[in-house]
Amino acid sequence: MPKYEWPEKSKRAILGRRISKLDSPDKVSGRAMYSSDIKRPGQLYARFLRCPYAHAKVVSIDISAAEKMPGVKAVKICEKKGPGSEILWALDEVVGVVAVDEQTAEDALRKIVVKYEKLPHLVNERDLSKAGDHAKPAAEQVAGDPDKAFQEAEVVIEGEYGIPVITHCCLEPHGQIVEWEGDNLTVHPSTQNVSGLVGQFAQPLQIPASNVKIRMDHIGGGFGSKFAADSWGIESAHLSKQAGGKPVKTFLERDAELFVAGVRPSHFARIKVGAKKDGTLTAWEHQSWSTGGPGGGGMAPLPYVLNIPNSRKKHSAVATNTGPQRAWRAPNHPQACWLSFAAFDDMAAKLNMDSFDFYLKNLNLAGERADLYRRELQKAAELMEWKKKWHPRGDSTAGHLKKGVGLGFHTWGGRGHASEARLKIYPDGSVALDMGTQDLGTGTRTVLAMVAAETLGLPVDAIRINIGRAPDYPVSGPSGGSTTVGGVSAATRRAGQNALEELFAKVAPALAVEPSELEAVGGKIQVKGNPAKSLSWKQATAKLGVTPLVVAGKNVAAPSAADGKLTDQGVGGVQMADVTVDIETGIVKMNKFVAVQDCGLIINEKTAESQVFGAMIMGVCFSLFEERVMDDVTGRPLNANMEFYKLAGIGDIGDLVVHMWMDDPEQDARGVIGLGEPPANSPAAAIGNAIANAIGVRVPQAPFTPARILAALEKKGGLSS
Amino acid sequence: MPKRDQAEPPSKMEVSRRGFLKGAGAVLSSGIVAGAEALEAANNETAKVIGPGKAPVTLKINGVNKALNIEPRLTLLDALRNELEITGAKRVCDRTTCGACTVIVNGKSVYSCSMLAIEAQGKDIQTVEGLSQSGKLHPLQQAFVDNDAQQCGYCTPGFVMACKAFLDKTPNPSIEQVRKGLGGNLCRCGTYVGITAAVLQTAKRKGGRANA
Repeated sequence: MPKYEWPEKSKRAILGRRISKLDSPDKVSGRAMYSSDIKRPGQLYARFLRCPYAHAKVVSIDISAAEKMPGVKAVKICEKKGPGSEILWALDEVVGVVAVDEQTAEDALRKIVVKYEKLPHLVNERDLSKAGDHAKPAAEQVAGDPDKAFQEAEVVIEGEYGIPVITHCCLEPHGQIVEWEGDNLTVHPSTQNVSGLVGQFAQPLQIPASNVKIRMDHIGGGFGSKFAADSWGIESAHLSKQAGGKPVKTFLERDAELFVAGVRPSHFARIKVGAKKDGTLTAWEHQSWSTGGPGGGGMAPLPYVLNIPNSRKKHSAVATNTGPQRAWRAPNHPQACWLSFAAFDDMAAKLNMDSFDFYLKNLNLAGERADLYRRELQKAAELMEWKKKWHPRGDSTAGHLKKGVGLGFHTWGGRGHASEARLKIYPDGSVALDMGTQDLGTGTRTVLAMVAAETLGLPVDAIRINIGRAPDYPVSGPSGGSTTVGGVSAATRRAGQNALEELFAKVAPALAVEPSELEAVGGKIQVKGNPAKSLSWKQATAKLGVTPLVVAGKNVAAPSAADGKLTDQGVGGVQMADVTVDIETGIVKMNKFVAVQDCGLIINEKTAESQVFGAMIMGVCFSLFEERVMDDVTGRPLNANMEFYKLAGIGDIGDLVVHMWMDDPEQDARGVIGLGEPPANSPAAAIGNAIANAIGVRVPQAPFTPARILAALEKKGGLSS
Repeated sequence: MPKRDQAEPPSKMEVSRRGFLKGAGAVLSSGIVAGAEALEAANNETAKVIGPGKAPVTLKINGVNKALNIEPRLTLLDALRNELEITGAKRVCDRTTCGACTVIVNGKSVYSCSMLAIEAQGKDIQTVEGLSQSGKLHPLQQAFVDNDAQQCGYCTPGFVMACKAFLDKTPNPSIEQVRKGLGGNLCRCGTYVGITAAVLQTAKRKGGRANA
């Protein structure tokens, strides 16, 4: 059995290099074809009539006028949406229409008459006391002796903090093209789950999974919201069938994309923290609540990272008549980080301690990574010039511009998912790697090529990467939870080593050595350490005769020792923000934002950095701008567009500094760990605490908009205080 | 601007852009619909009514005239994507906010989601597809690649065109000018650091993100 471990650092030709993504030239030139760009021969277009009410009963539906319209090819009442059915959120689809073009489909929607009986709704959960029986309390969790700990605490703070529901706002909307050929279905989706969609389409359509083909080259954003076939995917397949199997293109309009295709749950909490005078944290108590739509919302991991020994935790899931939640980059962690670190920071402020020193004091509560956090905090402080910038809460300098710094730190898992690679080495020397995975723009294609090239001793451009098809290519897991890079790189490494074992057996006689004496380096198969005794890659592969070598490599969810130490899980990471707040306008300006992030062995430093930059910028978005706004009276979203559902622009982010933690050799020895989620966790904590440090008062709810900043200042006593 | 796909809006007060055009036919001289340039045209010629049915339209795209037969309510973006299969420009917000649909019309960057195709007749329309010459990336595109200025890439073609128009007008920008001048485009993955570096690299100034 081959040894699968990563090559020693000194012997790596490609791993760890800064390589531009292989598909970037296609993306910058408009050549990259997203599923939403495809036009199939005879393609029709679908649109859905959506319920305007947050909670309603369907009384009657009349589709006859729409059916008669020229150009309309199919009209169908959605599954379980007929008369008598209950609608649980506004903009849920009720009737689907397929027509020759988008305009005709839209015109047809206006001809459909649906009568509803409006039912009572709840769309806002900010005030738990108004939630009534929509709030479902979970069992209280107690650890240690919180009552005694609070009695003995020398300092206690209490606060209420919150972060609202936000939406994924993928730029490419959810959707797909579906087309039938007899009982065979081809789907061109926008998905994070190429292999998994086969079964998701087959089962509800009652066709064999072997009849389904999934095809996707690029995806325009997912962030956790694109794992499923979706109701509109299945409806589109029905509509296509009704229209004679013709290709049907369905991509959500922006309002539906924002409000029915996934949200991140809110999280609110009343938190009480106890500590000793020297800053040692001793007690924690919270009552939290959250919503992610009709199913409520789960409890975030509170308190975050610092495991305070005595705690009492209560949580209520609030069911609302709003579009349902989906995974959102590090589910529940950004919320937990902000809520916890706001409370910790308020405690540090009450103790009049520099929060940096306060955290160093309490790092023993961070468990096995305490020392890593300490070093990452020190590195971040150095990059931020923290000690020069920090001041006691409230910038006391004159004028209306107040500066402050804040920090947060975080954790995540990130172990590789189950994945299989199929490596094909042709007698002419060409190499292809097949895998039923997807590249979200994170650089998965590039990482696959780098790992295969490193293993086979070839240049990166010698490897052809085939992904985005199922079931044609071997099954690979969905891209979520930072599980992709570990899964796909480990599977590829094993496939490469397995392939070399077979290739060496064919080549060894020509070099008159045992196969175990060979290595693949620099485009050659050579006797270990002896380049003179070698065959070129092409000479070596010619020994295959006429049959290509097709070899598999697998990663399983829990690899054994024999699989080699290729991946790991569990990271830290620290972020620090430096902001200026205009206390007259309430506008927050990002000056500088520092991230220090560990993630084990880094395959491509350039794309790794981009993941961290991206998470930080997304963090600026949800710290300063993003919020789903629902109207209590009508139950409808008030900002179902990108003008009022705000994202940060290029001028809103300040100077970003990313330091990938490669400062100790243990990191590399851990193997590959996923990176997408962890840096998305700390931004609101760092930015929210920087604002408190600047203006001298806590702004308790994100996003930290001018209105909320001014309200917090007003509560404190206005500009003069 | 009003939403346009609700079959049963709670309020009938709003009139959608396309609904309005469809009901009225499109009057090229209407300032409300076609903007200032059409107003100018109105001073020079009698109003010409096109539609509401399909009408012949010629668009000059990347130097090549393309003949189309389209409803006058079709936006330039939808004409490009759905009729001509020129799909670099993307439909994202569809209402002049995000810039994913940016093309260059007569030298100016334009949100093609909010310009009617019939308005673009007789104008020089440049799309991202026209930027690379004989298979070689434009230096700006190469700078995007070098600085990893794209992740999912859905905003990228629009950003590239916005950057192109910006650099044509501001060949030697400061970082502050970049931050202001490119404020009309949004990215969800968070590629602004790479984009800023790509623009500065293209402008041959120091400050590009290390690429070694």
